[in-house]
Amino acid sequence: MLKNKSLISIADLEDDDINAIFEKADYISGHMDEVLRTSPMKSKILATLFYEPSTRTRLSFEASMERLGGSVISMADSKTSSFAKGETLADTIRIVESYSDIIVIRHPLEGASLLASKFSSKPIINAGDGSGEHPTQTLIDLYTIRNETGGIDDREITIVGDLKYGRTVHSLILALSRYNVKINLVSPPSLALPNYVYNGIKDKLNIETYNNLDDVISGTDVLYVTRIQKERFVDKNEYYKLIGSYKITLNEVNKMKNGSIIMHPLPRVDEIDPAVDYTKNAKYFRQAANGIPVRMSLISIILGD
Amino acid sequence: MERTLKISKIKDGTVIDHIPSGKAVKVLNILKISENTSVSIGIRVPSNMMGFKDVIKIENKFLEKIELDKISLIAPSATISIIKDYDITEKFKVDLPESVIGIVRCTNQNCITNAGEPVSPEFKVISANPLALKCIYCKREMSESDVINSL
Repeated sequence: MLKNKSLISIADLEDDDINAIFEKADYISGHMDEVLRTSPMKSKILATLFYEPSTRTRLSFEASMERLGGSVISMADSKTSSFAKGETLADTIRIVESYSDIIVIRHPLEGASLLASKFSSKPIINAGDGSGEHPTQTLIDLYTIRNETGGIDDREITIVGDLKYGRTVHSLILALSRYNVKINLVSPPSLALPNYVYNGIKDKLNIETYNNLDDVISGTDVLYVTRIQKERFVDKNEYYKLIGSYKITLNEVNKMKNGSIIMHPLPRVDEIDPAVDYTKNAKYFRQAANGIPVRMSLISIILGD
Repeated sequence: MERTLKISKIKDGTVIDHIPSGKAVKVLNILKISENTSVSIGIRVPSNMMGFKDVIKIENKFLEKIELDKISLIAPSATISIIKDYDITEKFKVDLPESVIGIVRCTNQNCITNAGEPVSPEFKVISANPLALKCIYCKREMSESDVINSL
């Protein structure tokens, strides 16, 4: 169903598509030697166009394509590329689609990936568009919840931190509305979930808003922590005050129930104490590692190995 | 005095009737009216159907599709009569489309459609009354007042 299709929003995926991506990711994880040997994407080229800085996402896409036996071409730096000379995204895409079989794009403006897909006959994967969506991160998040807690349905998921600007959070909440889950949103009022996201899912989800993590931590199965970005605050003292009240330390971990997990889309700055890394609840590095099998699976399915 | 005499008949042109009361000036603002065109406006005209309504009569002007689409956004109940030699030759209701393409700009400055790319802004109509549009690119919603400001 996903063959030769673009992935712009998590809403583009049917439930069966998501299951197929996860099952293939499971297979790839369990048969990495075989995949490396058979190089199913040999002779295919993946182009990465990153108009915003990114380490993990770009490296993860590139490593995934390399492990599938394909090749990668990359825009070196958006500051020195044709974009900096004033070329439209539409023109850049028209050129790059003739060089590659699949294009991964991250752009600071919302809707950029959808626009790219209208000018490309090759599939586009949205790797983040402004404060819009980041659907492959969402797939990795769902895959991590599924694999680390044994499923997604019936979980109580607490999302804490910056719910306003965090695009990973918007995509994740949209995706979770497919499942039978309870969602707790914990954030300062100034960083609450925007109405345009909330209105789209409020009727489909059991969702509650809290100011205090202590109200929900003991019942939580999945604690999803996001970065509160210092640059969003004019008054830096306000940032330090806020970050203190949402920081995850061993004290918080001790209140969590058995089998519960902590996730974070990374990069992590001050939100999680490094001491938490060594607890069995910490799954954020596993989550990042899951980026490889999930993206390998997605690329394979779209390019149809 | 008979109501029909409040606004004189026109020989050739367009009558926009059943405009929600108070919106005639907004409708007029979005139409391309040349300097030498005569326009009559009736505001708060009693109406059996609507209680009160606004009416606009424009001499020697026939509306383009884009103008009809704009009217449908702010006055979805409006009826259009085409007048030729004092007779109504055509009468129809404006039609609020499912998609609004190239008429309204997205209010989100961070939307790709505001970045000089070769695409028309495109919205899905998610509610007719009150009007609400959703940008297909950035997914932001626009209210009626947002739409009127960007027409």
